[in-house]
Amino acid sequence: MNKSQRRGRTPSLDHVAGNGLINRRALLGRGIVVAGAMTTGAAGTMTGAAAEPLKDEKWSLEFGSITPAVQTASPYEKHAVRSLSNPNGEFRNSHARTPHHLLGGTITPNGLHFSINHCGVPNIDPAQHKLVIHGMVRQPLEFTLETLSRYPLVTRMAFVECAGNSAPMFSSEPMQVTAQAIHGLVSCSEWSGVRLSTLLDEAGIDPKAKWLVAEGADAQMLDRSVPVKKAYDDAFVAIYQNGERLMPGNGYPMRLLLPGYQGNMNVKFLRRLKAIDQPAMTFFETKNYSQILPGGKTWRFHFLMEVKSFITQPSFGHSLKEPGFYTISGVAYSGTGRIAKVMVSADGGKSWGEAALQGPIHPQAFTRFQMPWRWDGQPAILQSRAWDEAGNAQPLRADFVAQRGQTREPLATPLAFPNQHYNSITSWGIDSKGEIKHVYA
Amino acid sequence: MSTHKTALAFAALALALSLGGAAFAQSPGTGLGKPISEADVKNWDIAILPDGTNLPAGSGTPAQGAKAYAERCMVCHAEGGKGGIAPGAGPLVGGAPLANGIETVKTIANYYAYATTLFDYIRRAMPYNAPRSLADDDVYALTAYILSLNKLIGENDVMDAKTLPQVKMPNRDNFILPYPDRI
Repeated sequence: MNKSQRRGRTPSLDHVAGNGLINRRALLGRGIVVAGAMTTGAAGTMTGAAAEPLKDEKWSLEFGSITPAVQTASPYEKHAVRSLSNPNGEFRNSHARTPHHLLGGTITPNGLHFSINHCGVPNIDPAQHKLVIHGMVRQPLEFTLETLSRYPLVTRMAFVECAGNSAPMFSSEPMQVTAQAIHGLVSCSEWSGVRLSTLLDEAGIDPKAKWLVAEGADAQMLDRSVPVKKAYDDAFVAIYQNGERLMPGNGYPMRLLLPGYQGNMNVKFLRRLKAIDQPAMTFFETKNYSQILPGGKTWRFHFLMEVKSFITQPSFGHSLKEPGFYTISGVAYSGTGRIAKVMVSADGGKSWGEAALQGPIHPQAFTRFQMPWRWDGQPAILQSRAWDEAGNAQPLRADFVAQRGQTREPLATPLAFPNQHYNSITSWGIDSKGEIKHVYA
Repeated sequence: MSTHKTALAFAALALALSLGGAAFAQSPGTGLGKPISEADVKNWDIAILPDGTNLPAGSGTPAQGAKAYAERCMVCHAEGGKGGIAPGAGPLVGGAPLANGIETVKTIANYYAYATTLFDYIRRAMPYNAPRSLADDDVYALTAYILSLNKLIGENDVMDAKTLPQVKMPNRDNFILPYPDRI
């Protein structure tokens, strides 16, 4: 890009990286002007020759439907639903994945927040539910939803991500499935609740207590050991989700919220916190949420969901109708803190341009990134890579696989969990017809 | 207020004052949490720690466990703990070396660091259709049976609050902390 082009009266949109990526500054102005769009866009669309005179549609000419007590999505959006691993309610665990490829913004609607239940969703009467804090405390205390609701509440954005999210990415071959199937076990909400430090202080926690066993009221009393350090850092007992009481599948009437830590530790249906001096080595921290590394060593207490991003538009399941202008969009987040930067590539990582981040940028929360792009109709590979404010970079796939490995054989189903904590890059390959495949690049 | 109650209130106030500022610092209290005794929590207090803390009274042998297993567990976990009948009811015996790959199926024998985890989970969550329905003796016996199937204890070993934490699990020393500073 030479100086004369940059100084043009209309700020022409500089190409910042290969295969048509445009400077993110294009998104900062009042309008989008793409240099050369007229010559490579769909021919004739600006002439008006094919347009028909406007007419009133039938919905403009008749009384509409009832205004319901609780509104649900338009019938035209019926496809924007969670995908279910156990749709018939068989006697086993259930996963419902968020349809990221059909959503925008940074807040996951409550009905679409991912949910994993190991033994069904308990039907909890909030008037009977109790939360007990005991163990190494001066005075064990019992709380109810009513008493917790009388505290001043902290309200903040936070993503919750299952440690097994993106597990299909461990497959030795890329699985041809949507961002929902791959990354649908992360969601982001505004949560409101009572600081855990407040409750622990009231119970008078013993300084020698280093861990809390957090336990739910579900039919396996799911429990995890949580460091007291995290409890006093930013943990809270959430009682509202995006302004509503919690969804049943997200822990109604109360759940532990540990910003940036494995979803499983954010114990739902929270009924008990016991202060102890050692980790309990519960079933889930012993087995599921502990990873096998190449060579056979094993990690425990990983906790942190590391910096990550993925492109949601366009992605598998979409197709590009025609060459021309598109906005590449996705989400980035880090358990460490705020997102600092997202880079996007349209040529499989050969060149990168910096994406625009939508503020305000919250710690441990989704940040929406956007990248203007003019597709020339040639094959392209779209990727995103995020950095957080602590300087952590989302690892490149080759580096990630070298450290963490991949499966020996391609996965047969995207519902499998061959390993945990995948946070490397996702690549969407676009062919000359505009069809999108999941590729490794 | 009766004279008696007034006296008590004064006594409490005097005690609080004598304890000084520290006592008040520990009681910033909204008073919203209702005091409860550990005795009242006992029925919920089921988490077993790796050193055996909180293990209940009782005991069981592999032979006793085999009987309970046939009655309560085999329908999902198959004969001899082979697994594969109910979805999610994986094998309770054996296990490939972890060096076989990152997707190696994690089992009691190749993965669990502490035998207490097995006891805790059986008592907490099993049988899947009737959690918390097993007597503590049965939980000890089932734990003994499964450990014995895996040859982690002898066929006649008795499992109780003293012996269970002493079972040495093969993978115990194989764990690394990726984030030690977060604990």
